[in-house]
Amino acid sequence: MTWVGQRVARKEDLPLVTGTGTYVPDFNLPGTLEVAFVRSPLAHARILNIDTAEALSAEGVVAIYTGPDIRDQVHALVLDQEAAPPGLETAAPEIHPATIEILADAEVRHVGQAVAAVVADSRYHAEDAAELVRIDYDELRAALDPEQARLPGAPIVFDNVPNNVQARYRIRVGDADAALDGAEHRLAMKIRSQRVMAAPMETRGVLASTVGEETTVWSSTQIPWAVRNSIAGAIGVPQRQIRVQIPHMGGGFGQKVNVYPEEVLVTYISRVLHRPVRWVEDRVENMIASGHARDQLHNVEAAFDSEGHITAIRDRFVLDSGVACPYPLSSAYNVASHFRSMYRIANFSIDAECVLTHKMFNLPYRGAGRPEAAFVMDRVINAVAQELSLDPAEVIMRNLIADEEQPYRMGMPYRDGHEVVYDASGFPAAFERLLELIGYAEHRRTQAQLRAQGVHRGIGLGTYVEGTGVGPFESGQVHVDAQGHVVVYSGCAPHGQGLDTTMSQVVADAFGITPEEVVFRAGDTALLPYGVGTFASRSVVTAGAAIIESSNRLLKRIKAIAGEMLEMAPEDLEVGAGRVRVRGVPSRGVSFKEVYRAASPGPGARLPEGMDPGTSESFYWVPPTVTWGFGVVGAVVDVDPETGVVDVRKVVMLHDCGRVINPLIVEGQIEGGLVQGIGATLYEHVIYDESGQPRATTFLDYLLPTSAEVPEIVQEHLEGTPSERNPLGVKGVGESGPISPPAAIANAIIDALSPLKIQLNELPLSPATVVAAIERAGAEGPLHPTGVKIGFPASNQSGGFLR
Amino acid sequence: MKEVEVRLTVNGRERSARCEPRTTLADFLRGHLGLTGTHLGCEHGVCGACTVLLDGATARSCLMLAVQGQGHEVTTIEGLGTPENPHPLMRAFSEMHGLQCGFCTPGFILSAHEYLRENPRPDRQAMRKDLSGNICRCTGYVKIFAAVERAAELMAEPEAARS
Ligand code: FES
Ligand code: FES
Repeated sequence: MTWVGQRVARKEDLPLVTGTGTYVPDFNLPGTLEVAFVRSPLAHARILNIDTAEALSAEGVVAIYTGPDIRDQVHALVLDQEAAPPGLETAAPEIHPATIEILADAEVRHVGQAVAAVVADSRYHAEDAAELVRIDYDELRAALDPEQARLPGAPIVFDNVPNNVQARYRIRVGDADAALDGAEHRLAMKIRSQRVMAAPMETRGVLASTVGEETTVWSSTQIPWAVRNSIAGAIGVPQRQIRVQIPHMGGGFGQKVNVYPEEVLVTYISRVLHRPVRWVEDRVENMIASGHARDQLHNVEAAFDSEGHITAIRDRFVLDSGVACPYPLSSAYNVASHFRSMYRIANFSIDAECVLTHKMFNLPYRGAGRPEAAFVMDRVINAVAQELSLDPAEVIMRNLIADEEQPYRMGMPYRDGHEVVYDASGFPAAFERLLELIGYAEHRRTQAQLRAQGVHRGIGLGTYVEGTGVGPFESGQVHVDAQGHVVVYSGCAPHGQGLDTTMSQVVADAFGITPEEVVFRAGDTALLPYGVGTFASRSVVTAGAAIIESSNRLLKRIKAIAGEMLEMAPEDLEVGAGRVRVRGVPSRGVSFKEVYRAASPGPGARLPEGMDPGTSESFYWVPPTVTWGFGVVGAVVDVDPETGVVDVRKVVMLHDCGRVINPLIVEGQIEGGLVQGIGATLYEHVIYDESGQPRATTFLDYLLPTSAEVPEIVQEHLEGTPSERNPLGVKGVGESGPISPPAAIANAIIDALSPLKIQLNELPLSPATVVAAIERAGAEGPLHPTGVKIGFPASNQSGGFLR
Repeated sequence: MKEVEVRLTVNGRERSARCEPRTTLADFLRGHLGLTGTHLGCEHGVCGACTVLLDGATARSCLMLAVQGQGHEVTTIEGLGTPENPHPLMRAFSEMHGLQCGFCTPGFILSAHEYLRENPRPDRQAMRKDLSGNICRCTGYVKIFAAVERAAELMAEPEAARS
């Protein structure tokens, strides 16, 4: 049987369901010291004095570190991981590296920045002592609005970043200016994707233990190799003295795709004190001192003809970086390369700036620029329909790239420097299927009648494309061990995606064994010389390719060795059930164990002439470029126009992720992603007030979707276009879910209230936002949803006028 | 700070340890008794990752002090089943893919346990509300619902058929 394509229950589940998993906080190493951080209460201030005397004498305290204490030993992180690659010249990128201090030295730059680290025998004692550290600040004016922060005279966040513009790029395809000048119709919109955060259920955490010269660092991170390299660089030790390993991990979604100051400092302290040292972030810290995301304000213009064909898009947007945007290509450039989605838009112009402010730094979060782009694009399409009084579905259809036009060239480079050329097709068919599944025609027939009964129901639509499996590379290594097991190592860093199971299915097919028989290990820098990690919908594509290629190499090798043992030509051998057998004579063969023995160095070796010993092969997969998934999403909502409360009843999503290895896992990714998308659309918002104080610091003010908010979810995998850009034919899927909900839900609300012709261009779509949009539309004198013309006295704040 | 002795029944066994009186039940279970299956997602009573059963009813162990558990019976995820002998809920969560990272899972399973005791024949609409005290950031809940329904089936089977 083949395992690829089966709904296999996951191999990794047993410890997790029985509570016997090991996350960073669960380790119990004798003598572990715990760290608590003293963090800045101000957005921007000079540090005048730090007094640790009282704290040092508190119960259980072992040491306290401040910025000046470590100035000469531990260097700030200067992250240039997303310098522009060759091929991106036409985008004229200007990128300054992101600076992240380990502990604030002279100045604090956002609320939550670490200023001092207290090390004690327990977390309780460390927190007690942290309260006794006295810090005098001289508060400074903070840059908080990115539009203002880029202007002369604004407070400067880092001196090496002039005008606070840490990164910028521009793209010109065709001539958008000319097309807009000569357009039959045009519109302009201001569209905002709010600041959100990934909020994985497990916060960050790091435990470092030093034995001799080597420190093992268990960290809840998506990028163990980069963390190792950054730590080694920052504290000035050889990389091979630092081993970073990920234990069980409670999610990441992009928040753990950066190296953080705490990882560096905890490692350093462990090496100084020769003790295991741990820091586990609490939830409040996670909300103010772990990466935020999105926070983009777009000014977009569109040109279109009277049939709704969009002829040009011109967009200028600003990304509020906070104190750093460590991934300007992912967070900001992805917007450009995904903006036009499944649409044929010949003229496109975009200008982007990542602007520093005195807030927490901005990281890619599941979707990384794509949800922001899709929200703008599909709001524009919807506005075009509204403007021309056409059905939005009709306008989408008219702009979709036809199959004959594929592989469609977008006329601009991807962030890897290669031209964007879609390796997918079937856009119109997928969209038609969406309309059918969601009952669009039926909805159009019954909507007015429902409205007359007081039910304001709408359907909104969205589309997306997703470049997946981005490089630079990923590693794989496959072994047959002394017991005859097939053992797989990879540079990916699974933390909930089920990669053990998925990759084991692939390897099981290659070796004719079961997934249970495959031993999979990943996320440990001691396994392999190179590795990258798990993020950006990349692991099944890149690690999968590396693993299948190393499997194929190993199969070749073990057949050659078995051929030597059996005195047969390797072509006449096959592999199955842990043996290499003679084709057609299954009883004749040798076990993997015997092959291992024959391949071991020493007098007993029986290797083909010239072959080195060993039953191990590696492969580093360098993708030619990304492979493109796509999808279409529809949302059905009921809206209460008086309260602005939106009830998402149903979400339908069709998506192409190439060949599906495990449908159960793919469905789980889609469902989880969609619900995160619903959260970011309706509830989630990281708010800073006018003094730079974060206002969402607990789950009471940062609202995550619970099971009560989950609509009916319908999904279909489109397997029409297996990728030709990797050996497994797969495309990534992890990030696809959250891309379209903002646009689909906003458009659905607008549809539910269509006679009012409202605009929803700012996320989240809280009840207040929806009511405000109704009032704004009302001020311009539209119709009551029931068709009655109504007045909106400016003083009436209650919303009761719609009764 | 002065320590006190806390005695309680955990997973059917008498346990005692000394701790500072301010120690939360969650930290006591995890740190003093080594039962790290109880997870901490927020420490402010919202996420439900720290859910345990206190005298059979769900409780948030991050919001309770260990001393408040004195004399009571606590069941943690470790008491519900083991890798050698997993509870039907544990099997069902795996079978239906009701978990991804697994961080919320112990708490979810204990809440689902209480829910199924009261609703042996679960109804998906009701379940959406009744299980909304536990947050999962990974699954989107759909497969958790399926897992709870599946567990109800497994639990309805006669004991012999289960093993
Ligand atoms: S940790 Fe107790 S409710 Fe979140
Ligand atoms: S499985 Fe990750 S939070 Fe629920």
